Amino acid sequence: MPRKLEKSRDGVIILKDDTPEKMEVESNEVDASETYDKTPVYIYYNWCKKCGICVSFCPTGTLAMKSDGTPYVKNPEKCIHCETCDRLCPDFAITGAKRGGDKNEC
Amino acid sequence: MASISQKTIHQYLRHNKKFPHVWCSGCSNGIVLGSIIRAVAELEIPKDDIMMVSGIGCSSRISVYADFNSLHTLHGRPIAFATGIKMYKPRMKVIVVTGDGDATAIGGNHFIHAARRNIDLTVIVINNHIYGMTGGQFSPTTPTNDFASTCPHGNIDPVFDVCQLAIGAGATHVARSTAFHSLEVQNMTKEAIEHPGCSVVEVISACPVIYGRMNKKGNASKMMENMRDNSISLKAVEKLPEEKTKGKIVRGVLKKDTNIPEYTDSYAKLVERLKRGNDE
Ligand SMILES: Cc1ncc(C[n+]2csc(CCOP(=O)(O)OP(=O)(O)O)c2C)c(N)n1
Ligand code: SF4
Ligand code: SF4
Ligand code: SF4
Repeated sequence: MPRKLEKSRDGVIILKDDTPEKMEVESNEVDASETYDKTPVYIYYNWCKKCGICVSFCPTGTLAMKSDGTPYVKNPEKCIHCETCDRLCPDFAITGAKRGGDKNEC
Repeated sequence: MASISQKTIHQYLRHNKKFPHVWCSGCSNGIVLGSIIRAVAELEIPKDDIMMVSGIGCSSRISVYADFNSLHTLHGRPIAFATGIKMYKPRMKVIVVTGDGDATAIGGNHFIHAARRNIDLTVIVINNHIYGMTGGQFSPTTPTNDFASTCPHGNIDPVFDVCQLAIGAGATHVARSTAFHSLEVQNMTKEAIEHPGCSVVEVISACPVIYGRMNKKGNASKMMENMRDNSISLKAVEKLPEEKTKGKIVRGVLKKDTNIPEYTDSYAKLVERLKRGNDE
């Protein structure tokens, strides 16, 4: 929940406003040309919150971060479909799993 | 093992209504939700046979996002509600998702008594070491000397070990892992759902926005790295000398006992016996 946090006099962060603000939804502009079927790693920018976990833990350097924190697929050929990004994304916003490995996939 | 794709996972989410979810950027709750869904998908349990019960807190919002039967109850009381559901419909797989405050502070009493009765619940305690939702008050699991909004000069309280508490109270399947080890959480959840008796899975998680910021633990990735580097599997603990394992989070199944009678079983037997009329 994004909330306003402020430093108190003792330097401890305190909560200023308890009302949850509405999450800003990112526009779909980035990498919009990449469709689910064409790219080895697909990022749902509508849900991504730019936490950087996928970029930090991708073992192959497939992913990189733009200056504003947006993850993008920098080296698509490097992806080994280890699914680390799938598993560790808190927002269900990225998939590097091999397509066709799951019976529910279309 | 066929992998569980995001597409499958998205079928278990309340996809159109609730997303993107309310949790902060980098919060581990989403990762744990993913692990639980993967566990259920792998066991191929129909959505309608799962009852997900939670209390109040950031972690407890999980029940809102997963498309099972859900009950979002009162702060501290999910286990009480879950006990009622399990008694009425023993065939249901009841999964309780609760925070550290929810389970061990206000709900501590329900927690120990569910463990004592060995009722077949799967209790997933997401331990982020703080009260996240209400702005960072210390919880019974906040490490001593750490900071929280209600202990600005450092916490003087000793800490509850959630797993030891569950073992002491009589839970028959107790395991611990961290959000970083998401495959382990998935496997433990699977085992816990299948275990006939009270199972507790403690998942150490990261709250980068409240706990992390107050204690200068770095960003979400840094906190996840800490989970990786400061935890050790149960097997490794047995091999290593004590000084190397001191202060580390021990991951693994800490207790498993299938010989203790399960509560709804005992109750069904009692009903059966009374029906036959030979209770003298
Ligand atoms: C009876 C009652 N007391 C207090 C509260 C306020 N409250 C809401 S969430 C919460 C703490 C939740 O902390 P925890 O269970 O650790 O979950 P987290 O948010 O950290 O995931 C509190 C005290 C409440 N909702 N109801
Ligand atoms: S699947 Fe693995 S290699 Fe591919 S982008 Fe994700 S983390 Fe990197
Ligand atoms: S882990 Fe998920 S939410 Fe975080 S930056 Fe990557 S895609 Fe976005
Ligand atoms: S306050 Fe902490 S636990 Fe709650 S959503 Fe934010 S990061 Fe997660």
